[in-house]
Amino acid sequence: METLHLELPSLQDDTLFPQTLLHGVVSSGNLEVLVEPGPDAARCVFEVQTAAHGFSEVWQAVLRDFATRHPVGGLTFSIHDAGATPAVVSLRLDQAYQSLRSS
Amino acid sequence: MNAPQPHRVWNQEAQRRQARLQRSVPFARGKAVAPADMVSLLEALLEPGDRVCLEGNNQKQADFLSESLAACSPQRVHDLHLVQSVLALPSHMELFEKGIARRLDFSFAGPQAHRLARLVQSRSIEIGAIHTYLELFGRYFIDLTPQVCLIAAQAADAEGNLYLGPNTEDTPVIVEATAFKSGIVIAQVNERVEHLPRVDIPAGWVDFFVVAPSPNHIEPLFTRDPRHITEIQVLMAMMAIKGIYAEYGVERLNHGIGFDTAAIELLLPTYGASLGLKGRVARHWALNPHPTLIPAIEAGFVERVHSFGSEVGMEAYVAARPDVFFTGADGSLRSNRAFCQTAGLYACDMFIGSTLQMDLAGNSSTATLGRITGFGGAPNMGSDARGRRHASPAWLKAGRERSGSGTQVRGQKLVVQTVETWREPHHPTFVERLDAWQLMEDMGMDLPPIMIYGDDVSHVVTEEGIANLLLCRSPEERAQAIRGVAGYTPVGRARDQVLVENLRDRGVIRRPADLGIDVRDATRDLLAARSIKDLVRASGGLYQPPKQFRNW
Repeated sequence: METLHLELPSLQDDTLFPQTLLHGVVSSGNLEVLVEPGPDAARCVFEVQTAAHGFSEVWQAVLRDFATRHPVGGLTFSIHDAGATPAVVSLRLDQAYQSLRSS
Repeated sequence: MNAPQPHRVWNQEAQRRQARLQRSVPFARGKAVAPADMVSLLEALLEPGDRVCLEGNNQKQADFLSESLAACSPQRVHDLHLVQSVLALPSHMELFEKGIARRLDFSFAGPQAHRLARLVQSRSIEIGAIHTYLELFGRYFIDLTPQVCLIAAQAADAEGNLYLGPNTEDTPVIVEATAFKSGIVIAQVNERVEHLPRVDIPAGWVDFFVVAPSPNHIEPLFTRDPRHITEIQVLMAMMAIKGIYAEYGVERLNHGIGFDTAAIELLLPTYGASLGLKGRVARHWALNPHPTLIPAIEAGFVERVHSFGSEVGMEAYVAARPDVFFTGADGSLRSNRAFCQTAGLYACDMFIGSTLQMDLAGNSSTATLGRITGFGGAPNMGSDARGRRHASPAWLKAGRERSGSGTQVRGQKLVVQTVETWREPHHPTFVERLDAWQLMEDMGMDLPPIMIYGDDVSHVVTEEGIANLLLCRSPEERAQAIRGVAGYTPVGRARDQVLVENLRDRGVIRRPADLGIDVRDATRDLLAARSIKDLVRASGGLYQPPKQFRNW
């Protein structure tokens, strides 16, 4: 297991959250995302526990695109990947974001 | 004037055949051979250096005959040249390890890929070439005609007529080439019966048969458990159906054997139907009886299927759907690899399948370091037939896109590669340089083992979008189009953002949103069957999955 901590600038959407939400399940080719309020409204915090070593550069690229794509400032995303590929990570994050919006 | 040479003998092959048969007499009663006598029979009739086709298909295996050949004395039987489509059994490899065989011409070695690479490196084997099936079959009639073939059939009668059962596969083409060039045809059968359901190989073409101690091995190679289909595969299937099947009106096609295409099969009756595509796409198929095709057949999407081989467990279902499948008067499936490969080449408008690696020219390969997998039918199905002349709307549209503003004199087959950008962390599908090049150097090959050439590929589908390579006007554009759907792989991240956006504006690259697809809709709920049990149910109980797939 490798742990990544990343804080990225992102816009804030006041209508989002704040209830805690668990999204996704850890299993083969899948992963788990937990969304909570974060410390800074202008930034998004990512805590990633990853099974893939030496993959942090790719992780950072995936998360940077996500933080640019959606206004997720003021949120913390805790992610347990289970050896998931970037495609699955992006899809799950987008789903977590969409669930936040609709809840 | 050249007078005929008086001393030239014109039937040496027939004389050699007679000599072989003469030497075999002590080990057979007519054409029937007892299992215990098979090794002696082979030792008696084979000669060093013989070209032998040991029927290995990708499903049916002449396993008893293979074991018998491997049990021959290397002092008596050696330096054989094997010409067979698939190396699948451990006993196939033993032949080379023992020196019984030395040279090999083949198509596919999936299950033995590692062991084959080791044999090449230790110089225990000489590989002539790795072929696509149809290419190897062609050579059976030109320069690789077997002197002896060892084949697998379902049943024989007393005279030696053979019934091949649903898994015909390569047998007719092997026997045709051998029997009509003074070769020896030896069959292993599962049973001897008084009356065959139908005669697939007439007794006059068969020299010997043996009732094997156990039925020949058949691999359920085309069964994909829907439980393992991921949401990403569902997303890619949606893109393929909407962006390619519907867009080109693809009525005649062939699918690969992976989960990506199984997802498409299971989405046709749900997502495909919701797009109004029933009767407009995917009507005529060159395909084995994939269990995952059952829901689309039942929904009336699929009208006709011709098959290379069969699939374990599909026998009763196929027999109950003769309007869809090719069946004999006895009711059972009639498959034929040579004819189905021909159909895939000339009569289909699209091939869609997956691969392990793709480079920036669109060349794809399933060869990875230390493994010689071979090609099977993919290079044939996944290529544009330059000899094709008949038109169809899909073929014409693809041809128009390729020729651009130039005069159109031909169409173009759609050759679609559907791949996730990463196979798993650390294994990107998109690479600057295929492992195939390294393998070529390590193995001393003439060419890198490329499965599908980039200039035959029309579309690349990934979770990030569809790249239409027909619309690319230069190698640079093609490379950027591929980078533009290569996701977070090093190849994808090295894209020129401006050029890629430009390609997107021109419709060369289309994202899910450009196709009107919401990625949130990509859930497993769209699959017409989510388990093997669902497939059994969809078949009305006719599909009988093999034991390893009975997981409920």
